Amino acid sequence: MNLGFALRLAAREGKHGARRVGVYMTSISLGVAALVSIHSFRDDVARSVQAEADALMGANARFSSSRAFPDSVRTIVDSLEQAGAEIAAVTTATSLVLAPSSGDVRLLQVRGVSGGFPFYGAVTTRPAGRWGAGIPPNVAFVDPAVLSQLRISLGDTVVVGGLRLPVEATVDDLPTDLAFQTAVGPRVHLAMETLEAAGLLTFGSLARFELFLKLPDRAARDAVAERYGDVLSATRVRYTLAEDQAQNLSNGVRFLGRFLGLVGLGALLLGGIGVASAIHVYIRERQPGVAVLRCVGADQWTVFVAYLVQAAALGLAGALLGVVIGVGVQRVLPVVLAGALPVDVTPELSWISLLAGLGVGVWVAVIFALIPLLALRDVPPLQALRRDVTPPRPTWDAIRVVAWLALAGSVVGLCVLEAPEPAIGLGFAAALAVSVGALAFTGWALARLTRRFFPGWARYPVRQGVSNLFRPRNQTISVTLAVGFGAFIVGTVVQVQANLVDDLSDSFGGGRPNVLLFDVQPDQREGIVALMPPGLEDGLEIAPLVPSRISAINGVGADVLRSDSLREDRPEPWALRREYRNTYREELGPAEELVEGLWWDDLRSGDGAPDFAGGVLPGVSLEADIAEDLRVGLGDTITWAIAGRELASVVTSIRRVDWGRLEPNFFAVLEPGSVDQAPHTLIMVARLPEAEQRAAFQRGLVERYPNVSALDFSRVQEAVEAVLNQVRQAVGFLGAFSVLAGMVVLIGALAASRAQRMREGALLKTLGARRAQIVTVLLSEYLALGTLATATGLVLAWLGAAVVMPTVFDIDFTTHFRPLLAIWLVVTGLTVVVGLMGSRRLLSRPPFEVLREAAE
Amino acid sequence: MMIVADGLEKTYASGGRPLTVLHGLDLLIERRSFVAVVGPSGSGKTTLLGLLAGLDEPTAGRVILDGQDLSALTEDQRAGFRAERVGFVFQTFHLLPTLTALENVLVPLELVGRAREARDRATGLLERVGLADRMDHYPVQLSGGEQQRVALARAFSNRPRILFADEPTGNLDVDTGATITTMLEELNREAETTLVMVTHDLQLAERAHRVVRLSRGTIAEDRPGAGVPHSVQPSP
Ligand SMILES: Nc1ncnc2c1ncn2[C@@H]1O[C@H](COP(=O)(O)OP(=O)(O)OP(=O)(O)O)[C@@H](O)[C@H]1O
Ligand SMILES: [Mg+2]
Repeated sequence: MNLGFALRLAAREGKHGARRVGVYMTSISLGVAALVSIHSFRDDVARSVQAEADALMGANARFSSSRAFPDSVRTIVDSLEQAGAEIAAVTTATSLVLAPSSGDVRLLQVRGVSGGFPFYGAVTTRPAGRWGAGIPPNVAFVDPAVLSQLRISLGDTVVVGGLRLPVEATVDDLPTDLAFQTAVGPRVHLAMETLEAAGLLTFGSLARFELFLKLPDRAARDAVAERYGDVLSATRVRYTLAEDQAQNLSNGVRFLGRFLGLVGLGALLLGGIGVASAIHVYIRERQPGVAVLRCVGADQWTVFVAYLVQAAALGLAGALLGVVIGVGVQRVLPVVLAGALPVDVTPELSWISLLAGLGVGVWVAVIFALIPLLALRDVPPLQALRRDVTPPRPTWDAIRVVAWLALAGSVVGLCVLEAPEPAIGLGFAAALAVSVGALAFTGWALARLTRRFFPGWARYPVRQGVSNLFRPRNQTISVTLAVGFGAFIVGTVVQVQANLVDDLSDSFGGGRPNVLLFDVQPDQREGIVALMPPGLEDGLEIAPLVPSRISAINGVGADVLRSDSLREDRPEPWALRREYRNTYREELGPAEELVEGLWWDDLRSGDGAPDFAGGVLPGVSLEADIAEDLRVGLGDTITWAIAGRELASVVTSIRRVDWGRLEPNFFAVLEPGSVDQAPHTLIMVARLPEAEQRAAFQRGLVERYPNVSALDFSRVQEAVEAVLNQVRQAVGFLGAFSVLAGMVVLIGALAASRAQRMREGALLKTLGARRAQIVTVLLSEYLALGTLATATGLVLAWLGAAVVMPTVFDIDFTTHFRPLLAIWLVVTGLTVVVGLMGSRRLLSRPPFEVLREAAE
Repeated sequence: MMIVADGLEKTYASGGRPLTVLHGLDLLIERRSFVAVVGPSGSGKTTLLGLLAGLDEPTAGRVILDGQDLSALTEDQRAGFRAERVGFVFQTFHLLPTLTALENVLVPLELVGRAREARDRATGLLERVGLADRMDHYPVQLSGGEQQRVALARAFSNRPRILFADEPTGNLDVDTGATITTMLEELNREAETTLVMVTHDLQLAERAHRVVRLSRGTIAEDRPGAGVPHSVQPSP
């Protein structure tokens, strides 16, 4: 091999090559840009989050619990305060809030705040400066979203629990907030004593209790965890350092960033396919020249290296362009995402990310170029003399095998490196391989069918356009692959989402209940029923809720069971530890099905019924999965701890429950009569079809029964749909990105086949084709190409969704044609536009050039 | 007159300074005549052919083809005119690679919307050039000589009144070239077409009725060829 000559040849040919296939380098650029910007941005966010750790918590550390802090923890806090720490308390409850001026009611988070919270970072309010040393008593501050939800303005009154409070300010920016948090659950902020006076925190109500510490001395903070760790875990109080919270947060960002990285990698690999296909065409075109070189004595490897160097140089140029774009995007992202980021992110050049992007870009360009380049070795020198010598069919020699293995290895390796976990990377690589394979096959099959069955009666220019897809050295399949990939992703997401939304409206719409009340005290029952619009009380379902814990199974104490890890029949620890909300009732519910044992009436009717535990213990019916986790079956006894008293029961039946239904369902249903006297709350489910009925009902509740929480499922449905929409938008964005990557591949393919298309166009003109006829040829060609690519993607998307819906989501699949049609229109439209743009010159050039051999 | 070229001048502006390839060239060509255009490489033969066929526009002068002044037509109208009345044969065949032999022959007919009526004609022509059994083959499956025979059939498919050929045998061996020329002559005679052929092969040129020799963009010689019929004489 003559390396010097190879390099000189590469330099000379390279100029020509850059012009011919230079566009292909942009298919690398897009992927590299994505990788560089995502990696750099990820680092930026992690760094900024860590720098702002204290402001993000508003303190240096935090105690949190789902119940009021027990005295033991209070003592710890007091001693910390003695030692110089500052303490602030925040308690968050959920409650219906009424706005008398508009009559609107919403279920909101109500937070009570005491002391100097937040210790770090400033709270922005409107009017400015209201949150000075805290919130003044007997007024409400609200998140801006609350104003629009309740249709009120500053100065109006809201009813929270038993209090009427003026809304004095909105909280526009709380440094501890992540943007999406306020979007999910807007809040009302009160002084702690105001929250307590509102009477929201009664027996059984759900709330979150937090104590924030200002303790700048790191050692002192760590000491708290060490010294009081046992007390804290025994009382189920969490102790979190600001640094750890920030670490968690940036881990989340990192994880998300790595998924995005995979998407960038996907785009890069699509670009790789574009490279392979452009190099393939370029090589075929250079064959006569290569044959001449071989004739005059260049050996196989000299020629090969000369072209490999060209591919690498172009890859480098493409990757460099990508890095530049990537750095630009990195700078734009914090501005665009400002609302969604927890902290201000300052972009910094991350040299490692830049070099990695550059390296990966060049590597992908070279490894994908390798296989078409190997064909150079097979160019027979004889071809210089006789044009029509057919090169020998490429044989599977060791080198070719190594090249393919290197390609496969690189793809898998890159996926694993980029993925959050190796398994995800392998899965991604496999999914990529399967979808590329399936797309290629579908594209090939559809192309065959088109060629075979395209109607002969179609007008000539249309037929010519379609048959152009099959011109020698066509890149139809690679373009189909690249463009179809995007259509596939978007199509799948759209189908799945549409089916999920259908299912949602099935669950929430129709005759299903749509209002759920909890925390109802037994003596409030009659009053609440009276609030219902007349005639609708019949649909009301009421179930008692008895908070219980398991104290023993078959006489063995829960503590003993939990600590004895060697027992074969040891129940799942979480199932033993959890708090059960049991009920008792006469009938089997509509969402339940008995799979084992007998229901109460059969059980007690006497004849032939099994005699569990001698018939002296009250029965309990368990849900099938929990029975399995508790390792119990028919006839086993479970002892419950209910409000300090013990109640033994025997398992008399096992039920299967459709948890997807909104009727209240329970792990354990106790036999009526056994716990009727135990303290309990009620849960009520009603159906109020009209929005006004629901509003009036909720107003009545806030006014008379402030402790009762009410969930309006139509709001839940809206919220779930909104989340689904956001997911669709995010994934849709990724799909659009893939479509873009596909378009770049198309542009590369157009550039690579330009000479040939020019020749054909000129020839048609010479033979007398008019402009309109040539435009029809082109239009048909790109319409057919776009349709082929989109159809390939959509067929797979449809299949994918049809498989995913029943298996993953357990939902019957129905096809939604309109979104599919929309995707076809957009993607095919893009293909046509890009194709026609790439063929402009063909229309404007005179036909004369056909007479000049090899016009290019 | 089938072709009237009047003071044809062609200047290329490319490459910085203008290059005049044809210098005020006059030429008259009779109906049904067979004219060979010869001359050294670079003398302007292809350029002339392109102008005569209306593929390019002259810098000065005009071309009247079959009674139609080409300079009065738009590019689209010229294309329509070619589709109706002009045929081409090229040195490098120029078949459409995505079409079969038969489909290639049909293209000129399809462009003017006469495909159905003329299918018989296309198959007839292919039989005529000895490719009856290769109609459904694609160009890559044909040898150079076979491709040029398809191109011949294509050139005659729309019954052109004028046929232009640019070195039709340039890429073929002597024997094949001779066969092609013979076919060209025969088809030309049968169809009563006017034939203008550029060639480097002087022996082949002698078979024409008339030989025009170009040199540096002007007509250096214009004489009868060996194949001259008495009814057709070169214009003075
Ligand atoms: N587009 C162009 N720009 C500049 N010069 C051109 C262009 N096309 C042709 N020429 C020049 O015009 C001259 C005549 O070219 P032409 O192709 O007509 O010659 P020819 O007689 O057909 O030669 P050959 O026998 O080699 O085919 C040549 O010198 C050529 O370089
Ligand atoms: Mg020429």
